[in-house]
Amino acid sequence: MSDNEIGRRGALRCMLWAGSGVIWTVSGGVPRALGDTQPADGFTFAQVSDSHIGFAREPNMDTPGTFAAAIAAVRAAPARPALLLHTGDVSHLSRPDEFDAAEKIMAGAGLDTHAVPGEHDVIEDGGAAFMARFQSRERGKGGYYSFDQGGVHFVGLNNVIDLRAGGMGHLGADQLAWLADDLRGRAASQPIVVFAHIPLWSVYPEWGWGTEDSAQALGLLRRFGSVTVLNGHIHQVMQKVEGTLAFHTARSTAFPQPAPGAAASPGPMKVEAPRLRAMLGVASISQVFGRSELAIIDTPLGA
Amino acid sequence: MILLNRRDAATLLLAQLLAPRAEAAAAEVVIDNFTFTPATLNVAAGTTVTFRNRDDIPHSVVSALRPPAFRSKVMDTDDSFAFVFDRPGRWDYFCGLHPHMQGTIVVT
Ligand SMILES: [Cu+2]
Repeated sequence: MSDNEIGRRGALRCMLWAGSGVIWTVSGGVPRALGDTQPADGFTFAQVSDSHIGFAREPNMDTPGTFAAAIAAVRAAPARPALLLHTGDVSHLSRPDEFDAAEKIMAGAGLDTHAVPGEHDVIEDGGAAFMARFQSRERGKGGYYSFDQGGVHFVGLNNVIDLRAGGMGHLGADQLAWLADDLRGRAASQPIVVFAHIPLWSVYPEWGWGTEDSAQALGLLRRFGSVTVLNGHIHQVMQKVEGTLAFHTARSTAFPQPAPGAAASPGPMKVEAPRLRAMLGVASISQVFGRSELAIIDTPLGA
Repeated sequence: MILLNRRDAATLLLAQLLAPRAEAAAAEVVIDNFTFTPATLNVAAGTTVTFRNRDDIPHSVVSALRPPAFRSKVMDTDDSFAFVFDRPGRWDYFCGLHPHMQGTIVVT
């Protein structure tokens, strides 16, 4: 029983991180994921993803609650983040009341927030309502935009519009041309952070977990010394390093999805309440933010 | 006169309901586990096909033609979408949210 108690106490402490807000710091030009034990010594920012406000089924009847917990964790982080990224599926069905609720919860972070749409945010109108509400400041035309902060060049991409039969995520010729323009003339030494909803690498094409024309986007990024690609969509942590490109997917704040091919379909995993919070980030924090994981992330970025 | 017209209309309606007609044919595609079942459905021209979402995630039905020949609104759990397939041919479709989900209606 005492083991259980310790486990519970540890879980409670870690529940600050329920819903998995990811805190990043840029130190010496290299973005690193930070745990709650590690002090930040540089520019830091936070990432949340897949809040799916409006979803209320097993295993999570309270997606506003878990999203709020993630925002509270961001707010309570020892290193105050300079901004917050949301990598899409803010809402579940693009409904105005879902956008309202999500916007209010996110505002609780008290941070500049930058969002890109997930496929659940662009259901009825090609994403016009989402862009008007969550991207008005950046004035991105097609749901994509860039900005500079803390010496980092941030690029928000939209790969959820105009999806094709049998396909995966899709950027399109217009967006790729814009990206080429946006990156042209930039010093290769400037750290780049790209964020988009669907992974920009082929995680599992059988479930559509990838972006058809991502190779063209990544080709434009390869000349930079440090590129971090942040995605959501798959509701679990995955990391991959490819030369100077580091890929990271964030957990959902709403519900976990199975590992690629581990279930018949990518539907929500039906986990019991005590385990749910762990799947949303609590128990895996040491894995995500632990030293071995950090080593994987760090190695190529500063190279 | 008005009464007579109403009676005529009622008689006509009754005849329509009783007559066996191809237009009355109906078929269903069930969506569950990110899959359309059956993946290929054969129907006679004029059949009304209802797509019903039994999954715990929203899906949609979009014709693979560009521009699409038919397109549902997003269907949450237990929502459905019906479309009358009048023209013979092979009608491929997919889910607008999860485009790896695909199906075909073959109309003869
Ligand atoms: Cu779908």
